[in-house]
Amino acid sequence: MDRNQSHRQVATMKQSLFDQGYLDHEQFNQLEELQDDANPNFVEEVVTLYYRDSARLVHSIEQALEKSPIDFNKLDSYMHQFRGSSSSIGAKKVKAECSLFREYCRAGNGEGR
Amino acid sequence: MAQQGGSSSSGGGGSLNVSPMKPLASLKVLVVDDEPMMRTIHKAQLVRAGINDVEVAANGKDAVDLHVNGATFDLILMDLHMPIMDGCQATKELRAMGVKSSIVGVTSSGGAEKTAFLASGLDDCVSKPFVLQQIAHYLKVPRSPTNPPKYHNP
Repeated sequence: MDRNQSHRQVATMKQSLFDQGYLDHEQFNQLEELQDDANPNFVEEVVTLYYRDSARLVHSIEQALEKSPIDFNKLDSYMHQFRGSSSSIGAKKVKAECSLFREYCRAGNGEGR
Repeated sequence: MAQQGGSSSSGGGGSLNVSPMKPLASLKVLVVDDEPMMRTIHKAQLVRAGINDVEVAANGKDAVDLHVNGATFDLILMDLHMPIMDGCQATKELRAMGVKSSIVGVTSSGGAEKTAFLASGLDDCVSKPFVLQQIAHYLKVPRSPTNPPKYHNP
C-alpha cells in the first residue's frame, strides 16, 4: 500500500470513529493541531500515553471489582481519572461509559458492571 | 478572564501596579500534573505559544520542593488530584512560603471541590485539557509582586 493510500485509509478510519461517536471531532482536531515539524510525533506520543494510563486504570478497576465488599469510593476515584484522561484525548464513548459507571458507584450498585 | 484590581492587558507602568509585559519566550512556566499525558499536552500548548522554558512536576510536593530549592516561575498550572500532595495543599504551601506567581488551577472538577481549590490561593481555575485560550491573560500580564493573588486568604 503506498503512502497516499495509507493516508486515505487513516482519514476514512478517523471519520468513521467521529461518525460513530467514539472520537470527539473537535477535541481530537485540537490535539492534531499541536503536531508540527517541531513536534512531529505528538499525537502518537499522547495516544500511547493514554493507552498506557488506561491499561493501568482498567487493571486497578478490575482488581477493585474483585474485592468484597466493593470499595465504591475507590472505584469512583479511578473512574474519575479515566473519564478525565478520556475526555482530554477526545475518547467520547469511553468518557460516556465512565460517567455511567460513576453513577453506579454513587448508587453503590455493584451489578451495574 | 476576571482581573485583579490594577492589572490590565495593555502592559506598561504608569499608574497600573503591573510589571512591564515580558516577552513570551522569557516566561517560565511550571506544569504540575500527575498524568504524563496531561503534562505532554500542556507543555505542547505552551511551546506552541512561544514559551520554551517549561518545567514539569508530577505532584504537589515536587512543585513545592522546586520552590524550596529556589526556583521561581511566572505561571504555575496546577492540577488538583495528585498523589503525595494534591493541588489544593500545594497551593496553600506555596502561598504560605510567599510565592507570588500566578497559579492557575486546571481541573475537570466542579462545585464545592472547585471552590475549595480556588480558595487555597489560586488566581483562577480552568478546565482541561486545552488551557491556552483560558490562560492567555496570565501569559500577557505576569503579576506584580505587590499585587496579591485573587483568591488568597491571608
